[in-house]
Amino acid sequence: MITETLTWLTDPINVTGPTGWLQLIGQHLMYTIITLAIAAAIALPIGLYVGHTGRLRSAAVLATGLTRALPTLGLLTLFALLAGIGLVAPVIALVVLAVPSILAGAYSGLESVPRSTIDGARAQGMTEMQILTQVEVPLGIELIIGGLRSAFMQVLATAMLAAYVGNGGLGKLIFLGMKTEDYPVMLAGSLLVIVLAILCDVILALVQRAARPKGIARTA
Amino acid sequence: MEPRFTRRGLGAAALAGTAAAALAACGAGSDPLKDKDSSGDSGGGDQKVGKAVRIGSQDYYSNEVIAELFALVIEKSGGTVDRQYRIGQREVYMSEIEAGKIDLFPEYLGNTLQYFQKDATAKTAEEIHKALGESMPKGWEALAFAEAADQDSINTTAEFAKEHSLKQLGDLAGIKDLKVAANSEFEARPYGPKGLKKVYGVDVSVVGVEDSGGPLTVKALLDGDVQLADIYSADPAIKKNGFVTLEDPKSLILPQNVVPLAKSALEDAHKKAVEGVIAKLTTDELIALNTDSVDSGAKASVVAEKWLKKQGLL
Repeated sequence: MITETLTWLTDPINVTGPTGWLQLIGQHLMYTIITLAIAAAIALPIGLYVGHTGRLRSAAVLATGLTRALPTLGLLTLFALLAGIGLVAPVIALVVLAVPSILAGAYSGLESVPRSTIDGARAQGMTEMQILTQVEVPLGIELIIGGLRSAFMQVLATAMLAAYVGNGGLGKLIFLGMKTEDYPVMLAGSLLVIVLAILCDVILALVQRAARPKGIARTA
Repeated sequence: MEPRFTRRGLGAAALAGTAAAALAACGAGSDPLKDKDSSGDSGGGDQKVGKAVRIGSQDYYSNEVIAELFALVIEKSGGTVDRQYRIGQREVYMSEIEAGKIDLFPEYLGNTLQYFQKDATAKTAEEIHKALGESMPKGWEALAFAEAADQDSINTTAEFAKEHSLKQLGDLAGIKDLKVAANSEFEARPYGPKGLKKVYGVDVSVVGVEDSGGPLTVKALLDGDVQLADIYSADPAIKKNGFVTLEDPKSLILPQNVVPLAKSALEDAHKKAVEGVIAKLTTDELIALNTDSVDSGAKASVVAEKWLKKQGLL
């Protein structure tokens, strides 16, 4: 079966055809990036607010815990029954999946900054905004990006579900293979998403390392 | 097949979205990593029937109700029944049947024949039933089939049908940009786009909606995202939404009449009881059963018992 999978993957029709895997990977990445952008726009400001002020912390912890327990396919079906087929329902469902990790990364990133450092900044007369942007975010950036990184992986893996409601993405191969007992195709879809996930994670790990401010000891 | 909003169903379906889980689920039946040819060890199990008749069903609410009809009439004829419902999809439960772990199973003609005989050429229900009799595993037989069929059918809205005066699939020829909402497997099925093109000269593209003709597929058709939808013919949603099922005069879609698969060793009295149910099971009655099941949300046993009493079988 491994050979059949490789044969399938290397057949030019399956690579560059109208539903070839290059196109599917492109769609898959697009869904992931759209989702991440929306989720970050929602979760980062909230996370930074919670991390900076310490207010609403227990509410944020509770909300991240609760939303993590929601089954994404259930949400997808629910939203698709309201919004119809297309990209809207899966993106909303995936945003719900991505928000907790980003939120948790943001507030715990700020919390990882030693209080004495922040007190020092405040004593020097920095405004709250300056403390946030020049002290807390740079020092907590590794955890903040870490949150984005884990959200990216979760969404990339779960974006398979977009194909459930009439979209493309690598999920197409999984659903097609599963229902027609064409396991080589299914395995091909799985391998592609695994390779894609590893590549993206390596890139994000490099970004995370590059963002670490110079001259400080690693926290944690 | 029909998605229901239970935690368990959603969880299970969510798992199916990931390759690892899907591979694991198939592992329960046959090892997908093994070559197909080497796993063809069928009929090796013990094909006797124990004290209790073990009745199985697909993971499909309508199929479970039919299994329950069989269970209740067998109990009435003095037998005891061991219910093994919601086993899964065909590739999973067929290996249980071949291993002799199930004694009776409600199935559908066309798909069952295609499972045993990939290159089957039989077209009509009678031909399929005959071919099925010849290709079943040793110790198994296909009892008489019902008039009731539950098969893929191409549906459209009443407005679209009126606008293009559609009665049968051939009437679609020449209409541009036709989209059909169906499971993505539709793309690969003999009655998919290629079959429609070859037999009726119709061009369609598939929009993959993976809920097997369930509420999302229905919504896609109602919203006008697609002009056609593949919905099971016994689905109450067809009548409820006033959809028009396009006729298939050239038998592109194989008939899927309900047919009980039984071990030959099943007691004659039990076979007779099952055949009594089959004799009364018309497509309208099956739709009535499905409607009751969907609308009331009642358990299969309740729906089945009510129907059997009405038919004078219980």
